[in-house]
Amino acid sequence: MTGQPRTLFDKIWDSHVVERLPDGTCLLYIDRHLTHEVTSPQAFEGLRNAGRKVRRPDLTFAVADHNVPTSDRSQGIEEPESRLQVETLERNVADFGVPYFAITDVRQGIVHIIGPEQGLSLPGMTIVCGDSHTSTHGALGALAFGIGTSEVEHVLATQTLLQKPARNMKIEVSGTLGLGVTAKDVILKIIGVIGTGGGTGHVIEYAGEVIRDLDMAGRMTVCNMSIEAGARAGMIAPDDKTFAYISGRPYAPTGEAWERALAWWKSLPSDAGAHYDKVVEIRGEEIAPMVTWGTSPEDVITIEGTIPDPAAEPDEGKRAQLLRKLEYMGLAAGQKVSDLKVDVVFVGSCTNGRIEDLRAAAAIAKGRKVAAGVRAMVVPGSGLVKKQAEQEGLDRILREAGFEWREAGCSMCLGMNPDQLKPGQRSASTSNRNFEGRQGPGGRTHLVSPAMAAAAAIRGHLADVREFG
Amino acid sequence: MQPFTQLTGIAAPLPLANVDTDKIIPARFLKTIKRTGLGKNLFDAIRFRADGSENPDFVLNQEPYRRAEILIAGPNFGCGSSREHAPWALLDFGIRCVIAPDFADIFHNNCFKNGILPIRLPQEVCELLMEDARLGPNSRISIDLERQVVVRPNGEEIGFEVDPFRKHCLLHGLDDIGLTMEKQGAIEAYETRSRSAQPWLSAG
Repeated sequence: MTGQPRTLFDKIWDSHVVERLPDGTCLLYIDRHLTHEVTSPQAFEGLRNAGRKVRRPDLTFAVADHNVPTSDRSQGIEEPESRLQVETLERNVADFGVPYFAITDVRQGIVHIIGPEQGLSLPGMTIVCGDSHTSTHGALGALAFGIGTSEVEHVLATQTLLQKPARNMKIEVSGTLGLGVTAKDVILKIIGVIGTGGGTGHVIEYAGEVIRDLDMAGRMTVCNMSIEAGARAGMIAPDDKTFAYISGRPYAPTGEAWERALAWWKSLPSDAGAHYDKVVEIRGEEIAPMVTWGTSPEDVITIEGTIPDPAAEPDEGKRAQLLRKLEYMGLAAGQKVSDLKVDVVFVGSCTNGRIEDLRAAAAIAKGRKVAAGVRAMVVPGSGLVKKQAEQEGLDRILREAGFEWREAGCSMCLGMNPDQLKPGQRSASTSNRNFEGRQGPGGRTHLVSPAMAAAAAIRGHLADVREFG
Repeated sequence: MQPFTQLTGIAAPLPLANVDTDKIIPARFLKTIKRTGLGKNLFDAIRFRADGSENPDFVLNQEPYRRAEILIAGPNFGCGSSREHAPWALLDFGIRCVIAPDFADIFHNNCFKNGILPIRLPQEVCELLMEDARLGPNSRISIDLERQVVVRPNGEEIGFEVDPFRKHCLLHGLDDIGLTMEKQGAIEAYETRSRSAQPWLSAG
């Protein structure tokens, strides 16, 4: 293998193979295992039933994020099933010696926000979590992907996974982005181009000037939604921006270890001439503020767009599905998307719950008021993001504009806690999925960037952030 | 895990593309700490009406598909979240095999860990099987994993691909954690190498 040009993915993969089976399946070593309360209880139960231990508790990390209420939680969790899941996690981490941030700890937050924030996620690592948005951590130049609960148990017991290598896909976004166009618009555009199954079987490496120019938060937003394009993992070559981001974080290496790590990290970017099975090129100038209109993340149009007409679809099956989407979303063909009134605005999630996202929302909200009848909420991605935002006065700007300012967690991204849409309610949401019922049964989700979400809150309908000047 | 060798059963047609895991089992049912009991909420939003009654238009509410053991589905089945609750819900309902043009990666993986066989077949073949599945009481399809064939109601056999290792585990109902634990020596050797080459990794 030496001598042949390799991709970032190839290099990380090769360096983590413990053993290769005859059919090409590899036993892959896992450097970091993040766990949360929803997908881990059955895995810990499995360990307990088989009398197994957690092989490397020091490489494992746990936090509760999906179920936690985003209101005051000093009195614990009211909802009994959610409470049971969080208490089960607390018992499991205590029994198996796994490090854990409690829900009252300022460092608690969405697992994909706190991994990078704490320096738990580093370049060149293999990172897994029982959560599909684990792809987020790939923004640091790691190979990070979501796994099911059986695989969570496998990693807990053995610190390895049985995997077949993925194919390499490169998405090159060249040029520059226009005013008001953000990382969220870039990834929505990409999903619109390649489709929700476009990355299946592949690991996506994002490259090009636009990606290089993104800050780390933006890169995380892009990698986060790789799974919405079908790819289990998305990654970006580590560079000076990456190293500056990591330096000084609580779990990041220091001193001589930092120097050694840095030397290795710098060797990770794909070699010139490395082979990609698929290459997609997109020009930054062609990307406008995007919004999803349907019930799949690939249903994207620009904010200037109109709702597609099912009559124009020749395939009968596809036409029926289009009609179903329009019916579910309460839309008519040809309607201007910017005419759609919203009931709820949600700023947060592992896609857009970082400090940079809250700043972008606050910049639009500053000195303005949320439109009458709109419920607008901001849910910081972690306790530390919340604290920093408060130090910067963002909470005051947002509250004065009429936004709710809440505690950290996954919240309305998937509505496992009380933050849910009611049937028929329409949201502008900075989260990652617009599936039927995702934010609550019967809820209608439009995915947008944080600035676009704030613009929708102010106008009371989906709106073009570029009009805010 | 229950082994998967041969299966003959009713195949239900679900001709939808991009069936996501939220559709298979909505997030509000993930609050369980068990693997069982999820079948009653399988496809909850399309299977039941707002008042909780059955939606008679949904295939799994119709005879003979209430007893379906095989699902014929559209492309990109199981996209979305990594929740293993999706295959757990299918299994709890009684589905042991899903046939589709392609599957989302994580869901595909999760099936094998639970004794469910996901079979990828070309779109045009899936369309034939979709027609077979519409035959009501005559929609019985057979799967022979050992021989890697799907047998249509008319007796025609269709071959399919499956990873040899996964096939082996399914046929014998093997717990792959047990298999990996036998490789303790190789894992320890890797850890020793890693500790000297990348000491910062175990510092956390």
